[in-house]
Amino acid sequence: MNRYPVWVYATVVVALLIGLLYTLPNFFGEAPAVQISSARLTVRVDTETLARAEAVLQRAGIGIAGTLLDPNSVRIRFADTDTQLKARDVLDAELNPNREDPSYTVALNLVSRSPAWLTAIHALPMYLGLDLRGGVHFLFQVDMRGALTKRLDSLAGEVRTQLRDKNIRHSGVSREGQTLVVRFRDAETRDRARRVIADNVPDLALADAGDASSLRLVGTIRPEAEKRIQEFAIKQNISTLSNRVNELGVAEPVIQQQGADRIVVQLPGVQDTAQAKKILGRTATLEVRMVDEENMNPTALAAAQSGQVPFGDEYYVDRNGTPLLVKKQVVLTGDRLTDAQPGFDNQTNEPAVHLTLDAAGARIFRDVTRENVGRRMAILLIEKGKGEVITAPVIRTEIGGGRVQISGRMNTQEANELALLLRSGALAAPMEIVEERTVGPSLGAENIRKGFLSTAWGFIAIAVFIILYYQIFGLFSALALATNLLLLIAVLSLLQATLTLPGLAAVALTLGMAIDANVLINERIREELRAGQTPQAAIHAGYDRAFGTIVDSNVTTLIAGLALLIFGSGPVRGFAVVHCLGIMTSIFSAVVVSRSMVNLWYGSRRKLEAIAIGNTSWK
Amino acid sequence: MEFFRIRRDIPFMRYALVFNIISLVTFLAAIFFLAVRGLAFSIEFTGGTVMELTYADAADVPRIRATLEAAGHHDVQVQAFGSSRDVLIRMPHDPKVTTADLSRSVVEKLKAVDPTVELRRVEFVGPQVGRELAENGALALLVTSLGIVAYLALRFEWKFGVAAIIANLHDVVIILGFFAFFQWEFSLPVLAAVLAVLGYSVNESVIIADRIRENFRKMRRASVTEIIDNAITRTISRTIITHGTTQTVVLSMLIFGGPALHYFAVALTIGILFGIYSSVLVMAPLVRWLGVKREDLVKPVREKKQEAVV
Repeated sequence: MNRYPVWVYATVVVALLIGLLYTLPNFFGEAPAVQISSARLTVRVDTETLARAEAVLQRAGIGIAGTLLDPNSVRIRFADTDTQLKARDVLDAELNPNREDPSYTVALNLVSRSPAWLTAIHALPMYLGLDLRGGVHFLFQVDMRGALTKRLDSLAGEVRTQLRDKNIRHSGVSREGQTLVVRFRDAETRDRARRVIADNVPDLALADAGDASSLRLVGTIRPEAEKRIQEFAIKQNISTLSNRVNELGVAEPVIQQQGADRIVVQLPGVQDTAQAKKILGRTATLEVRMVDEENMNPTALAAAQSGQVPFGDEYYVDRNGTPLLVKKQVVLTGDRLTDAQPGFDNQTNEPAVHLTLDAAGARIFRDVTRENVGRRMAILLIEKGKGEVITAPVIRTEIGGGRVQISGRMNTQEANELALLLRSGALAAPMEIVEERTVGPSLGAENIRKGFLSTAWGFIAIAVFIILYYQIFGLFSALALATNLLLLIAVLSLLQATLTLPGLAAVALTLGMAIDANVLINERIREELRAGQTPQAAIHAGYDRAFGTIVDSNVTTLIAGLALLIFGSGPVRGFAVVHCLGIMTSIFSAVVVSRSMVNLWYGSRRKLEAIAIGNTSWK
Repeated sequence: MEFFRIRRDIPFMRYALVFNIISLVTFLAAIFFLAVRGLAFSIEFTGGTVMELTYADAADVPRIRATLEAAGHHDVQVQAFGSSRDVLIRMPHDPKVTTADLSRSVVEKLKAVDPTVELRRVEFVGPQVGRELAENGALALLVTSLGIVAYLALRFEWKFGVAAIIANLHDVVIILGFFAFFQWEFSLPVLAAVLAVLGYSVNESVIIADRIRENFRKMRRASVTEIIDNAITRTISRTIITHGTTQTVVLSMLIFGGPALHYFAVALTIGILFGIYSSVLVMAPLVRWLGVKREDLVKPVREKKQEAVV
């Protein structure tokens, strides 16, 4: 009666094998490595890059312990950290001849020491959270109201342009809070304006307001447009952050959206928070300034080149090598920019960047161009506090409408990059850091050690007790508990769920709780024996009756675990994931695995007189 | 080896009133301290900055405090953390200073006094995120409670669901009461521990409820009190062994887990100890007082079906 069909044993064996296989990578530890990934959209990392890197290292006489190529990066393993550091410096120097504009990100990393065949079946070590491996974690809050305000400003410009084009007289377009207000003198004009705006500016929902003396049309951004703008803002900010993180040279950064308006950035291994923040918070911005035509004579330029710049001016050399004296006074900044797209010049077909200015920017630009026809205007890119003149065209005519084009000896890729940089400079919405965590690597290693020790000693204590108390059945229970640990680690490795310190605590706690099922079963078997059942019947009844109870009690624990998973964040979620997975694996191991062992040991004996489960002779 | 040889059923229910008075007193004391002292919420909930520093030799806490005071950082808490070389600094949220500057400037100032200081960990939580974490924590507690009541009501009877959740929320309140009384830091891991305890203690209630149901089927003649007494007596050895093993692991965490897991383990310890008591000696009397009957658990519907088959 206590025999399992072959397929149950087979399932247990297969589960154990799979568990062992996926737990295995955790035992190999990690080796120092250098990771090479692309720093630009146009640069790809492939076998060629790997070959190049290998050649570089060979020339430098640095030994390689192994290589790994995945779609986004090349990872080269080294014997020790000294070699790793040396290799990083050599590779960085050779692969990025142009320091100012690197093509590759060369970063220090750790890779699993496990053999290639394990990696090939996707058996990776557990993914450690920042509190275990060290690094920084930022949570950015995107200011959505800011994004909407910005959009409303640019819609105000569009409305103004539309009304002017259609010759509709209004007495003012302005943004008031989160609405756009257009004033009119008579109702008929307002009706005409409403039709024009509704047709041409679909993002706005319009409503009439005010009485005869002050007729108004109030526009608000439609909910669907609002949603689109917010999604765009988040995406834009994420891509900006990604570009900046690339510069930091972090091996495995995590940049992802969290909730509707937040972005998480995790940089494992980064210690210098201040530096990381400075780079993440950087903006490349555009400045429009006038060229100082009065001083643009050879003598002044020569003097400026030797360091004697006229008062109120700055000396620049543009991309063509032409020296320029540019006024310090800023006409317009990148804040007024709502969009930047790469494209081509309509007339010359040269690559260009098309800029869209917001309402205020457009007005300033129109006024400045009108007053300065015939003079030169410099467009500067300010990045990391340094300026570069991209182009300094002569103003031929007044430019209205807020659409500006920059073209100046650039190729398509440069146009793409410039547009990206300007867009990222103009973050779609302002952000602020609402949460920050930094964990030093020594603390991380210590946390791992402490979590491991807690689990190990807890396990040993339980195993010793349970074997003393329930004898053979205790041994089976302890083995089932070991299986539970094995399966839990295998599942965590397989899912690559983030393991945190509370997660490690959950592993230990799971062991303490999982033994409950075996205690239930064993106590039940003893009770049945005392009630006069034969050993075989007692085993059968014990497992049978305890099963329902085990499921019930685990479901209630699981409810708490799931609530934590849903509502928890950060460290609590790490705890909840392990806790929930542990409950699942414990049901399997405590019931099926332990019973397989009992069945194998006792199940086939016809005349079973007694079983070793401790003293049951009293009644 | 064996710990329990209980031959006759222990008349737990006879002392039900005593147990209930004990619980009520502890419960009220916990509520009292929660109300008067309140919980010492960690910066995860209140918003602010925490820095963990380590020194080569024993840290001079008063001197660190004086250095920070001199630098204009008021309301700063400095305390030893784990060993005498490690120090924890807590600073309230200051809207004028960004954290990068804050942690850097603090470390610079302390380095000037003792160059061996090393920054181990910084944690900054904005006030808004803190409020959300607190709200989410409360929500998790609510959902867990409702989920458990619903499951037990479905699986047993609403009386068990209600009795179990009252018994176990009483544990939660007592854990919180301890944290309020000793002003231990209530952090996110502690919240996780509290919820884990809630789920775990309900196990006990489930196991006893299961036995009560089984006894209603088997012991046809027995009174409700006898049935409950028998159910508790039959499961008491398992209850104590299970809690013992879980507590063993938690103890191992208390010993080896270091300061990061300390209060997590403390919360679990209190929860486990009170869990034994409450699920056995609070839940069962409650079920009786709610008036559980044989018909509640042994469904007559099933028997009708069998008749139809015959």
